[in-house]
Amino acid sequence: MVPQPDNRFYAWLPFVTLLRKEILRFRRVSTQTLLAPIVTASLYLFVFGATLGNRLTVLEGFSYAQFVIPGLIIMGVINNSFANTSSSLFMSRYLGGIVDLLVTPVTPPQFIMAYTLAAMLRGLLVGSVVLLISFLFATLPWEYPLLAALMAMIASFLFAQFGLIAAIYAHNFDTLSVYTNFMILPLIYLGGVFYPISILPAPWSSLSYLNPLFYLIDGFRHAIIGVGDTSFAIAFGVSATIAAILFAWAAWLIGKGYRLRS
Amino acid sequence: MNALEITDLYKEFAGVPAVKGLSFAIPEGEIFGLLGPNGAGKSTTINMVAGVVKIGQGQVQAFGYDNQKDYRHTRRLLGVVHQEIVIDNFFTIEQALEIHSGYYGVKDDPAWRNLLIDRLGLRPHLGKIMIKLSGGMKRRFMIAKALIHRPRLLILDEPTAGVDVELRHGLWDFVREMNKKGTTILLTTHYLEEAEQMCDRIGIMHHGEMIALEPTHDLVRKLSNRRLKLWLEEPLAGLPPGLEEYAPSVEHGGTVLVLNLPVGGSAGIMLKHLCRSGLNIRDFETDQSGLEEVFIQLTGMGGGKNGTTA
Repeated sequence: MVPQPDNRFYAWLPFVTLLRKEILRFRRVSTQTLLAPIVTASLYLFVFGATLGNRLTVLEGFSYAQFVIPGLIIMGVINNSFANTSSSLFMSRYLGGIVDLLVTPVTPPQFIMAYTLAAMLRGLLVGSVVLLISFLFATLPWEYPLLAALMAMIASFLFAQFGLIAAIYAHNFDTLSVYTNFMILPLIYLGGVFYPISILPAPWSSLSYLNPLFYLIDGFRHAIIGVGDTSFAIAFGVSATIAAILFAWAAWLIGKGYRLRS
Repeated sequence: MNALEITDLYKEFAGVPAVKGLSFAIPEGEIFGLLGPNGAGKSTTINMVAGVVKIGQGQVQAFGYDNQKDYRHTRRLLGVVHQEIVIDNFFTIEQALEIHSGYYGVKDDPAWRNLLIDRLGLRPHLGKIMIKLSGGMKRRFMIAKALIHRPRLLILDEPTAGVDVELRHGLWDFVREMNKKGTTILLTTHYLEEAEQMCDRIGIMHHGEMIALEPTHDLVRKLSNRRLKLWLEEPLAGLPPGLEEYAPSVEHGGTVLVLNLPVGGSAGIMLKHLCRSGLNIRDFETDQSGLEEVFIQLTGMGGGKNGTTA
């Protein structure tokens, strides 16, 4: 005897389910999605914290370890937020699984927010573990912890959007890797993770202000150690503006079904 | 009420029309077969109904709701089994079914989920992740996935392509059962024999247009030839006079005479002509060409009985 159909429709359920599925996805492959980035960040912490950290000084009044740790945390947040949305959505497109979502009542806002929150969770999780490990190497002053948390959330949100955009525009794995290897990686390394841009000679110092990642990294560090290359307000304002633009872009692409529905 | 109503549907890809002004309706409770050669526009049509492909022009309504304006409503009413195997390799059968139920805004119902699992023979494979399932099991899972939210219209786009006979029969039995319980079925299949047995009505598409749309029996009867094969006591020296309109031919050295009853022709008149011919008949056999011949006739596609696909 077939049970009578339950016709009730729970409008929030598609969103919660997609979010849950995205979290399950990265947990299923946690060696690759959580452990590997944590090990990489730990190695950075060891090299720059335990070995060079006490011998270098790039910012008056702070050890190198204190300077570099906020940058390494935000680097973990950025890389993993981007990797989560970009790989999940691209794989869905590439393997055809996206049609399973396209035929359901999942709305574009639910689609984008579920992918975004899962990516933020992964990015912030990796960042938090890097932070915990960093306690072994240095003590941070934690001037404005709530602002630091806010900057980390903006960074993860922004790169979740960028990951969605990259996954939609990418034709194959090769083009997807271009975003990681030729955009994000250079911009992170040149954005002041390992040095304050003020120590760069002209014109590199001025050019660094054009790097959007500089504002995320500097704003996050500023909130933790209390000083930065630019004011926190500017770092926050620029980062929030870029995040809003990328969100609008991703929302437009997904709402239109660009490269998702033929 | 119509489960599906398609009006003036049009779609082109890179300037090449794939579906040209298609209109048809499927009443609730029907099993409807959409057939046509490869590239006829069947999958494009189905994908526009399901929402995977954007509608170029025209309108699709499911149970009276527009599938663009009221897409959240219509998608809940549809279950789609795609032509390609689409699975999420990360999850087990149960997890994936729970997830799909949630995508449709329907709370997981373990009783219904277990019924689908048992009915489709998936129980022994519950612990495996999708990637470990055989092709046949993946196909069964696809059906369960499409039914997990209890759709009122089930769309099957060549669900038995490349699966063995036993599984095909099992799947079609289940589809018939679902239909008896009220689910409307729209299917395309590779196997015309199956379509002939399964469908109440059949639409044949060719070059993006519907070239035939009739109850299956009428379509086959109206367009197919009926043949009468006669075993004679003595071999014929030549074709007997008075039977020319039945395109007679002889086989087995003249001991078998084959007559074809033309479309719309009267069997009674043919028998009268046969009596007048004075032939000494030992035995007879009749047969009727099936949907496959009708399909070939309509689409102009040649090929052997086993080689024809829709």
